Amino acid sequence: MNNTDIKRITPKNITDKEFFYGHKACAGCGGSLAVRLALKVLGERTFAVLPAGCMSAVGFIYPQMAFVNNAIISTFPGAASMASGISVGARALGLKDYKTVVFAGDGGTADIGIQALSGAIDRNEDIIYVCYDNEAYMNTGIQKSGLTPYGTKTTTTPAGKNIHGAQTFKKNLFEIMAAHEIAYAATASVGYPQDYIDKINKAKHTKGTSFIHVYATCPTGWGIPTEIAIQIAKEAVDSGLFYLAEYQNRNFKLNKNPKSFFPVKDYLLKQSRFKHLTDNDIKIIEQQRDEKWEYMRKHWN
Amino acid sequence: MSKKLFISGDEAVAIGTKLSRPNVISAYPITPQTVTVERLSEMVESGELKAEYMHVESEHSAMSAAMGVSAVGARAFTATSSQGLLYMAEGLHYASGGRYPIVMMNANRSLALPWSIYGDQRDSLSLLDSGWIQVYVEDAQEALDMIIQAYKIAENKDVLTPFMVNLDGFVLTHTYELVEIPEQEKVDKFLPPFQTPNKMSFEEPKNMAFSTTPADNLEYKYQQNRAMLNSIDVINDVDKEFGDKFDRYYGGMVQEYRCDDADVVIFTLGSITGTVRMIVDKLRDEGKKVGLLKIRYMRPFPEKEIIKLAGKVKAIGVVEKDISFGYEGTVYTNVNSALSKLDNAPLSLDFLCGMGGRDVSKSDIYNMFISLFKAVNGEKQKRVQFINMGVETDE
Amino acid sequence: MNRPKVQKYVKPKHIDDYPVGPQFTAGFLAETNAGWRTFRPIIDKNLCINCLRCYIVCPDGVIFKSENKVDVDYDYCKGCGVCAHECPVNAIKMVKEELL
Repeated sequence: MNNTDIKRITPKNITDKEFFYGHKACAGCGGSLAVRLALKVLGERTFAVLPAGCMSAVGFIYPQMAFVNNAIISTFPGAASMASGISVGARALGLKDYKTVVFAGDGGTADIGIQALSGAIDRNEDIIYVCYDNEAYMNTGIQKSGLTPYGTKTTTTPAGKNIHGAQTFKKNLFEIMAAHEIAYAATASVGYPQDYIDKINKAKHTKGTSFIHVYATCPTGWGIPTEIAIQIAKEAVDSGLFYLAEYQNRNFKLNKNPKSFFPVKDYLLKQSRFKHLTDNDIKIIEQQRDEKWEYMRKHWN
Repeated sequence: MSKKLFISGDEAVAIGTKLSRPNVISAYPITPQTVTVERLSEMVESGELKAEYMHVESEHSAMSAAMGVSAVGARAFTATSSQGLLYMAEGLHYASGGRYPIVMMNANRSLALPWSIYGDQRDSLSLLDSGWIQVYVEDAQEALDMIIQAYKIAENKDVLTPFMVNLDGFVLTHTYELVEIPEQEKVDKFLPPFQTPNKMSFEEPKNMAFSTTPADNLEYKYQQNRAMLNSIDVINDVDKEFGDKFDRYYGGMVQEYRCDDADVVIFTLGSITGTVRMIVDKLRDEGKKVGLLKIRYMRPFPEKEIIKLAGKVKAIGVVEKDISFGYEGTVYTNVNSALSKLDNAPLSLDFLCGMGGRDVSKSDIYNMFISLFKAVNGEKQKRVQFINMGVETDE
Repeated sequence: MNRPKVQKYVKPKHIDDYPVGPQFTAGFLAETNAGWRTFRPIIDKNLCINCLRCYIVCPDGVIFKSENKVDVDYDYCKGCGVCAHECPVNAIKMVKEELL
């Protein structure tokens, strides 16, 4: 289906129904917003699969069942394969007009769940995989994951005199997924909710596997006031540390290509996880950003 | 008319699976299970099996996918062995706790290290506590028949517990026998389509596989244990119903052989039963009062049947292809737990053999009976004996 | 019903009152989240331009459309303040619960 054929979903016409409600996520949680909006787009004929992680921990505490649609917790590494089983099982029973979606954190996706996800994309399962990326293992108490950015203070990458937080950069998750020649992949941010809604909608209308990597604020883990949860996710994009892009039909596309960036320092130093960074650390982060953007601008449309 | 085919154990499992009409097969190949999944994919390709075959990238995903299949109320099949079974260990506990009646074939094979592709039963026995019903079959015919029975038992509304059909690697998976193939129509009458209240649907949306606080967790575990205990009656009923329809009875939880007036009985698990049966006949010819108890199910455990038999005998030998390091064989531990409920329990010996594919000969079995008779006559015998050690051990 | 409401949960008295396996009615809410809140969002409907920004960015989905404006389900609002912070016309004030 051409992208232009898809009826756009906007705040005005999106369903009034809420499908993720009464959950126990921290106030201002970006992950819960990502789940909420995605389900509003996908609708009630959706099976949601959540591996161990924040959204499963806050959504299914018996007898408080926060998903209005069908939802199930999978094993930590097994989200993509359980979703595959649901999608295929329902098809085998002759079910029509349904969606299967995964909501997994950055750890559940880029680390422990990447094998099953790679397998699902290889089989081109008819599933939508949403990775809500809050840049660390938040559910277990803020430990470093494969998507934790350089310099981040986590409980396993303490910021001291010798080492200033995490010493590795984020995995190129979006490009790893695209390298499978996946049907559709995109990055998004809860700071740009309409863009995220559009991408979920595109995934909904894509046959085969879709992958959406959504940047999702964690006020608790990042050390910010809850009310700036959306603002900070927007600044991450505006500062160029996260980017909005899509992959389809072997083409990468940058959705937003700013002429100038929001100051990295202003984004970072609002957050206690980055408070310790020196000017030199920030220089390294900027340099990494610039190299990435040079590459993207050169190779992506 | 049912027909007979000369096939291997792996092929028998594939045919049993086809006859059970699973909706989805998710499996990852591992020796010596491979022939089963190869045959199943051929059946899907040819259209004789109307099922989806999922080429998952690991055993962990095979089990995760099977749970997803079951969670929407579809019938799932998977098969594995050894390292693969261990790799899906997380999923085994998850599936039983989730009450998904998945059926799995496990080709019993040794565990690394050292690597060995040959048979023993340490893989499944090390996962005895994973909440799966475990049956151990003796030949290819029983393997085929038990796949069909497995679905009937596992999907019973009072059971809803996953089911593992174990057959000895190579000895059963790769040897050929004449196997009677039940007619599809008769199987369809015996095994109705899968129904479960434990599923997601758009008519009745559910949140599944949730977490509990300590206020409710124990109740779910009680429920799970009760379901496993419920399966004992179901196993016996299904054995009878199957026998009435297909003319093959397996005895349910256990199968006794010449135990009626026996003084000394050997307990077996799996394919070694055939060899022991021959030695029982030989010793009976010699006038010795010996018998054989084939333990078919390790979970649920045939405690009642063992107690009933043990009350009448003087000595029990357990022949098993496994060891729990630092103690004794797992089957032996379980048998002795049952014996401890008797006031005058018979003496018991543990014969550890066949590990990593080590041969167990007829004379080995004969010598086990001799050891048991010596013990009965007051001659001291080692409680735990390694059979067929190739070297001296200074013990 | 657009949003689930809190329902009375009766704790099972007998083991058979529990569901078979860990599965339960989707959207069953046994309690509210109102107790989490320190600040309460108060919407000034005279200022509200019905842009629905607050509705879209609420992580708990407690803001809903109502008579061409928006309203809040205080049973499930945690008082994060995102709505007030994101409102382009400052129509939402966060007011301390104990002052109300």
